[in-house]
Amino acid sequence: MNAKVKPELICPAGTPAALRSAVDAGADAVYCGYQNATNARNFTGLNFTPAEMEKSIRYAHDGGTKVLITLNTFPPAGKVELWKEAVDLSAKLGADACIVADIAVAAYIRDHHPDMRIHLSVQAAASSPEAIQYYVREFGVKRVVLPRIMTIAEIKGLVEEIPCEVETFIFGNHGLMVEGRCSLTNYVTGQSTNMDGACSPASCVKYERADDGSMSTILGDYMIDRFGPEETAGYPTICKGRYKCDARDGGYYAFEEPVSLNASAMLPQLIEAGVHAFKIEGRQRSRAYVKKVVAAFREAVDSIMAGQEPKLADLVALTEGQKQTEGALKTKKWR
Amino acid sequence: MNPSLTLGPNLFHWPAEQRIDFYNRIADESPVGTVYLGEVICSKRTPFFDDVHLPAVAERLERAGKTVVYSSFSEVVIKRERNILMDWSRQEGRDLEVNNTAALLHLTNRPHRIGGLLNVYNEDTMAYLAGQGATHFSLLPELPRAAIANLGAKARDLGVGVEVQVFGRASLALSARCYHARAHARTKDNCQFVCGEDADGMTLMTMDDKPFLTVNGIQTLSYGYLDLMADLDDMRSIGVTHFRVMPHTCDMIAVTRAFDDVLAGRIDVAEGEAKLRELGIEAPFVNGFYRGRAGHDWVPRAAELA
Repeated sequence: MNAKVKPELICPAGTPAALRSAVDAGADAVYCGYQNATNARNFTGLNFTPAEMEKSIRYAHDGGTKVLITLNTFPPAGKVELWKEAVDLSAKLGADACIVADIAVAAYIRDHHPDMRIHLSVQAAASSPEAIQYYVREFGVKRVVLPRIMTIAEIKGLVEEIPCEVETFIFGNHGLMVEGRCSLTNYVTGQSTNMDGACSPASCVKYERADDGSMSTILGDYMIDRFGPEETAGYPTICKGRYKCDARDGGYYAFEEPVSLNASAMLPQLIEAGVHAFKIEGRQRSRAYVKKVVAAFREAVDSIMAGQEPKLADLVALTEGQKQTEGALKTKKWR
Repeated sequence: MNPSLTLGPNLFHWPAEQRIDFYNRIADESPVGTVYLGEVICSKRTPFFDDVHLPAVAERLERAGKTVVYSSFSEVVIKRERNILMDWSRQEGRDLEVNNTAALLHLTNRPHRIGGLLNVYNEDTMAYLAGQGATHFSLLPELPRAAIANLGAKARDLGVGVEVQVFGRASLALSARCYHARAHARTKDNCQFVCGEDADGMTLMTMDDKPFLTVNGIQTLSYGYLDLMADLDDMRSIGVTHFRVMPHTCDMIAVTRAFDDVLAGRIDVAEGEAKLRELGIEAPFVNGFYRGRAGHDWVPRAAELA
C-alpha cells in the first residue's frame, strides 16, 4: 500500500459548531463523540447529544465530509452495554466509521454492523505490524491511528507491512505516555483515562498563588508544577509537569516539556511514507481555532499534492506561543 | 507451597548476580506457587540476564516445585523487539504471558496467559481472548472491585484463572521514551543502563517535595506500594484465583510468607499487615484502585465497611 495517495485531513469537532467550522474549512473527515464515557475526551461542555449528532452528520455529509465517531475508551466490566448502544446509534445515524480501542467494542461492530468501518484508535496502542495485523485479521480494521511514538522511517516501514490504512497525528496537543496505557490520572483523582475518558480533569484542578508571587498548579493532592511570577502557569497535566529527582538539581520536565506537536514541515515526507490520513488534535479547542487550523492544513496538503510550496507560517501563530516539537517523527533520539 | 500465590515479573534492572541470588532464595524459601520470569519493560536489558541466565533460573525454580511462566515485552516497536517476541511465542513447554497485542498474532489458538499490562477491562474482551486460547488473566492494577467481580464471574464460566496484584508498586503508564535516561540527560539509545542504579525505581517528587511517582525506564509506577492483604478473602469470594506479589528489594521471602500465612488462615490480616509494615519500606501502602478511589489512597477495610 505504498502508492502516493492524497491524505485525508481528519479534523477535531468537540461541538456541533466546531464541526460545522471544520466542514466549511475543508475537512475530509471530522471526528467527534457522545457526551459520556464512551469517548476519550469526556470533558464538561464538549461532545454531542444523539440529536446533535444526527444533525451534524447530515451537515457534514451535505458538505462532502465524513464523520468518524470516537468510541475509543475501554468499557469496564459490567458497563459494556453503553458502548454497544453508542455503536448501534452511530450505525443508525449513518456515521462513516467508528474509532475504537477495546476488543469487545470492535468485536461487537464486526458481529452486528459488518458494514461499519472500524478505525483502530491510538488508544489501542498498536505500534507494530504484528499488533495491527492482529486487529485487521480479527475485526477487519480498515485504518489504524498510529501511536505518537514512531519516526517517519518507522512509519514508512510499517505502511509496507500492514494491510490497512494509516493515520498519523500532525498537529496539536502532544501526550507523552503511550495513549491507552496510562492510568496516572486515576492514581491521582479516581477518574480513569481509559474507563471514564478523563485526563487531569478540571474538577480536580486548583491554582494557588503564594506570597512570593509564584503560582502552583495542583491536581488532586499533588503539585504538578510551580511557576515563577514571570512565568505563565500551564494546565496541570501530569505528564507535562515539573518534578524533582535525585539525579537533577531543582525541578525538571520529567516526561516532556509542555510542547505542542507541529509536523507541518514534514507533511511531504509523511505523504511519501504512504500515510493515508493526517489527524489534527483539539476537540477541546474553539471553533475559531478549528477553522484556522483546518483551513491552513487544507491549503498545505492541496499545495503539496499540486507540487507547490505550502504556506505554513500561519500555523506557527496558531500554537499560541507554545513551544513546538516534531515529536518522535523526526528522530528516535526523542526517546 | 501455595498454588494461588504468585511472584510477578521483576520490572527493574537488577544486576544478574542479584537476580540469580534472589530467585535461588525464592526457590528455596518462598511459598509462591508460580514465578513469572522475563523482561517486560526494556528490550535493551535482555543481554544481561534473560539471554544468559533465564533457562537455568527457570529450571532451578521448577526443581523446587514452582510453576514458571515467561512474561513478555509490554512495548513492541523495533525489529529486535518484534523478533524476540516471535521467538518467545514459539517456545514450547512453558506458558507465555502476553503484555502486548503483537504477541496475540502468534499465539492464537495456543494456550497463553494475558498479563497485567494488556488492556482487558471487561468480560466481553476476556471471553474473546479466552476463545483464542487465553487461559489465565492478570488484571490491570487500576480496575475497581466492581469490575473485578464481573470479570471473576465471567472467568468462572470460562474456566480461566484470574490474578490480581496485591503487593508492590503499581504500573501506571508506559512510554516510548526512557525517563530514566532523560533524568540523566541521555536518550534511550545511549542510556548506559542508568536504570540499574534504582533497584525499586527512581522517585519523582513534586516541587513541594512530596514523593509522587516512580520511574523505571519507559514505565511510570506508583510511589506507594499496593497492599491488598485485607481484601484477599473478599477477592476469593468474587472469583479471583491467584494473588500476585511484585519483586522489590525488601525481604520478599517475608512478604510472600506473610501473604501465604493470611491466605492459609494461620495469621489474621492485622498480623499480616503488621509484618509488611516491619519491612522498612519507606513508601506508603495504597489500595485506592480496588476501592474505586484514587489509586494513591489508603482506605482501611474497617472504615470502608462502616
